[in-house]
Amino acid sequence: MLEILYFASFREVLGKAQEELPVENYKTVECVLKDLAGRGEAWQQALKDNANLQIAVNHSVATRQTELNPGDEIAFFPPVTGG
Amino acid sequence: MSLYSFVKVQVEDFDLSTEVKILRTGHKDIGAVVSFVGTVRDINEGDDISVLELEHYPGMTEKALENIRLEAHERWPLQSSLIIHRIGEMQPCDQIVLVAVTSRHREAAFEAAHFIMDYLKTNAPFWKKETFPNGETRWVDARVTDKEAETRWLK
Repeated sequence: MLEILYFASFREVLGKAQEELPVENYKTVECVLKDLAGRGEAWQQALKDNANLQIAVNHSVATRQTELNPGDEIAFFPPVTGG
Repeated sequence: MSLYSFVKVQVEDFDLSTEVKILRTGHKDIGAVVSFVGTVRDINEGDDISVLELEHYPGMTEKALENIRLEAHERWPLQSSLIIHRIGEMQPCDQIVLVAVTSRHREAAFEAAHFIMDYLKTNAPFWKKETFPNGETRWVDARVTDKEAETRWLK
């Protein structure tokens, strides 16, 4: 399985903080994004079509091309605003 | 590197004097301490703010802060360093973040503290949500100027 996390405005817009997806369906982060975009416009705009989308895999900064393995934790979030 | 170097993500407030004292403990070779405290403004983008909420990504945030701290130690001859970042609900005037570094000479301490704050702004997963006096809320947008500030430290 893959653990998917959504933070900040994404969590509110998508109405979900986390979920699990079967890893065998997804080779890369981009595959996950393509699939999630099928859920509707909110999902497509917030994630797949969002040029400012930030991605982390297992707590490290990742890209759409990052390859996935069983048990990976993938997080999607907007640009950070701490400090 | 000092045993007293650390990063903390916490709900509680912090005390600058107490933290700097810890940072200096056991170091007779420190000639400079530079600290930065970020606080909550009562106005942002022209709007009054009554509450500021800080969200983070448990696990990744601590790791990102520690990586930034270690990078500062690689770039400058520091004796010790700390980063404390608060999460949860805060009001105007509250302290949000503390960065403090020590070194033999002031140049390294000034630059390292500046570097840590600039990198924290654009690399540590925190998100701010503002609440206005009428109860409406707004997620804070990332600033282009913060991204530009980061580029000054590119090798």
